[in-house]
Amino acid sequence: MLDTVTPKPLVDIHKVSRSFPKGSGDDLLVLENVDLTIQSGEIVGLLGRSGSGKSTLLRIIAGLIKPSSGSAACRGEAIQGPPNGVAMVFQSFALFPWLTVLQNVELGLEALGIEPAERKKRALAAIDLIGLDGFESAFPKELSGGMRQRVGFARALVVHPDLLLMDEPFSALDVLTAETLRTDIIDLWIEGRLPIKSVLMVTHNIEEAVLMCDRILVFSSNPGRVAAEIKVELPHPRNRLDPQFRQLVDSIYARMTQRAEPRAPSIEGIQGTGVGMVLNHVSSNLISGLIESLAGDPYHGHADLPVLAASLQLESDELFHLAEALQLLRFATLNDGDLTLTDAGKRFANLETDARKKLFAEHLVAYVPLVGLIRRVLDERPTHSAPAARFRNELEDYMSEDYADETLHTIVSWGRYAEVFAYDEQSEAFSLENPH
Amino acid sequence: MTFSMYQSLRNVPKDLEEATASFHLSGWQRFWRLDVPFAVPGLVWNTMMSMSGGWFFVVASEAITVGDTTVTLPGVGSYVALAIKQQNLPAVGYAVLTMLAVIVLYDQFLFRPIVAWADKFRFEQTASGTAPDSWMLDLFRRTRALRALSWPFVALQSMVSSIPFRWRLPWPAARASREEPSSRLLDIAWYAVIAAGTAYAGWQIYGYLAASLSPRDLAVAVGVGFVTLARVLVLIALASVIWVPIGVWIGLRPKLAERVQPLVQFLAAFPANIAFPAFVVAIVHFSLNADVWLSPLMILGTQWYILFNVIAGASAFPTDLREAASSFQLTGWRWWVKVILPGIFPYYVTGAITASGGSWNASIVAEVASWGDEQLTATGLGAYIAAATTAGDFPRVVLGITVMCIFVTLFNRLLWRPLYAFGERRLRLG
Repeated sequence: MLDTVTPKPLVDIHKVSRSFPKGSGDDLLVLENVDLTIQSGEIVGLLGRSGSGKSTLLRIIAGLIKPSSGSAACRGEAIQGPPNGVAMVFQSFALFPWLTVLQNVELGLEALGIEPAERKKRALAAIDLIGLDGFESAFPKELSGGMRQRVGFARALVVHPDLLLMDEPFSALDVLTAETLRTDIIDLWIEGRLPIKSVLMVTHNIEEAVLMCDRILVFSSNPGRVAAEIKVELPHPRNRLDPQFRQLVDSIYARMTQRAEPRAPSIEGIQGTGVGMVLNHVSSNLISGLIESLAGDPYHGHADLPVLAASLQLESDELFHLAEALQLLRFATLNDGDLTLTDAGKRFANLETDARKKLFAEHLVAYVPLVGLIRRVLDERPTHSAPAARFRNELEDYMSEDYADETLHTIVSWGRYAEVFAYDEQSEAFSLENPH
Repeated sequence: MTFSMYQSLRNVPKDLEEATASFHLSGWQRFWRLDVPFAVPGLVWNTMMSMSGGWFFVVASEAITVGDTTVTLPGVGSYVALAIKQQNLPAVGYAVLTMLAVIVLYDQFLFRPIVAWADKFRFEQTASGTAPDSWMLDLFRRTRALRALSWPFVALQSMVSSIPFRWRLPWPAARASREEPSSRLLDIAWYAVIAAGTAYAGWQIYGYLAASLSPRDLAVAVGVGFVTLARVLVLIALASVIWVPIGVWIGLRPKLAERVQPLVQFLAAFPANIAFPAFVVAIVHFSLNADVWLSPLMILGTQWYILFNVIAGASAFPTDLREAASSFQLTGWRWWVKVILPGIFPYYVTGAITASGGSWNASIVAEVASWGDEQLTATGLGAYIAAATTAGDFPRVVLGITVMCIFVTLFNRLLWRPLYAFGERRLRLG
């Protein structure tokens, strides 16, 4: 009789949540009820905007953080501290500057207690595999970014981990170097020359995820949750220009910008709407620039997001923030991964500076509740001035301190452009006076 | 402070220099608009450090005996000297409390606001992690009445910096012709002046000493110099072994470090010699060996420099390196030797250089201690100088000081500088 044993998953995460204590007493939920299993022989991608908790999940699996609730198991055992058989590659390379390339690569082997001769042999083999032959005695500061990340890979691979964790490994590299390294790694993976069983990769680059992963988990933010799981069944090596590839990328863009309706202005008390809306900082220059680009050739007011990202050379995160800012201010609408200028947006593109500021100011006061609140408070007070702390405290009821700071920073920047109020950084106060 | 100013002047960013030149700012305007503001953060920090060193010696020198002349100036230093003579321990306690209060006051009302204000001159274009905070400065900025106090200074500064002096230098402008022979000539001339001055001073000293001392006195001075050197080395080693692990432990916990750092800086600012009498009483009471037990006094005030520099180093240690070390399961001595110690090394050396320099200074006051009529003397160069001062024996004072200067300079050149250079070259992060 055949034994139908389903192979035990390499990693088994069940209903894991993670929260951080906020200053004001309750906790900020960063991850909520995440389920994840990783089998042997697959590359899994965690894709999401910054702040969606994907790096936190990676660190939970790496044993560097404990989950607040739920269970996390690796190779069948609960994760208590960095588990055996797992190695990580870092976004900032994390190489020790006082060790040579060879010493850096041998580091993990030393900790495992391997004999010096055997260590050296394995380290040299890993360095050879990753293409760094000849650089064994160099120090990290003598190497370029791409080389340093190769050392990071060699260091992780040399311990022959079952699971390779990668935390945005290519985002600190320039486009050419990143592409070379990506294809090198995928080539080694297809040839079976990587001494690992599975890979878990965190990225915010949509094309990278589709290029490399067999399965993509799309995360939503605030709190981090798995929004969708997408299987990529294209054969390696994948071609970016392949129509199926492009279609997949498009659908992911659409999925990630899905809150298509402009947010209702004032449902107080509900996280994410009204005054408690997190505003990511995009400068007025970027907003004007995007509106102008959209209005001109070749888009004439309507553009596909991935195409826009490629031609403006923007990271998907930046583009999302920009597009959402435009949507919030009713200068454009986001639908199905496409950005379309509204009538107001088209008018904005054709006005000159002063008139633009006026139009911007109208939309700012009408559609961004926090600005309306600041304006009301300033009008009511006899001195026409108010400390920023008053608004920051209110914001912190809805979001973490860091987000409150960023939202306030954005409001100040937009408010100054629109000349709706003045802000003095040294005394941290809003006022209706002109700066002296 | 001078050295900090010098460093800042040498490191002014090139693009700001070019901007001032292309806008035709005169040398005087450039000095007030670029050089001084750029130097302010370093200057403020070094002023704070110098202040604490200053307290130490003011306290020590307020009551001074040279030969037959005894001078006592009104101040907390002579108060403590009198308390020692009268064996009045509670009085010493009052002096300690007063000193604590004074330091807290000028720290909160003077230095913290200035450090926080100087943050606006910091050059990095991106905001740093935590800007220094001062409730006093915030109060100043937010109340109209206090802000009004600063108007006369602002007015004065803008008047002074806009005075249209236009220096016409007799030699080519500083930046333009660095490589030209005329400026090399200037360098040679300058070195010649320094060499001549040093030679002259050396010859004067020799003449003065040779008149009344013999080579045997020199041998004695050098001998006790080595004793003090040994003491300083042992004390630095002991302080490092104790405070480095503690500093690392604190520095790796940001919330704790935030609360402990000001406390440690405060301890560094406190003139330790006010607390000496308490220890002297203990030594006298238990009849302990002065040679061994007076030594810790030398490092009492300066060990804190090691601690707060190590805390700063551990706080600045990059998180991703910590995560990498943890994820590759580096623990125990391997973690200490390969991960954290190299990471904090430059900071440690900075702290140790300051601590050792401070200890040499302190030896003059710590190797001789008295309580009432009892005088404890340890063998060492500090005691040699102190004894010669009290006896009014000027040749020996000069000899002692010369030997101490030579020792400290050699020590710095042969030990600290190479260590610091090594740290900068191999171990500097980023």
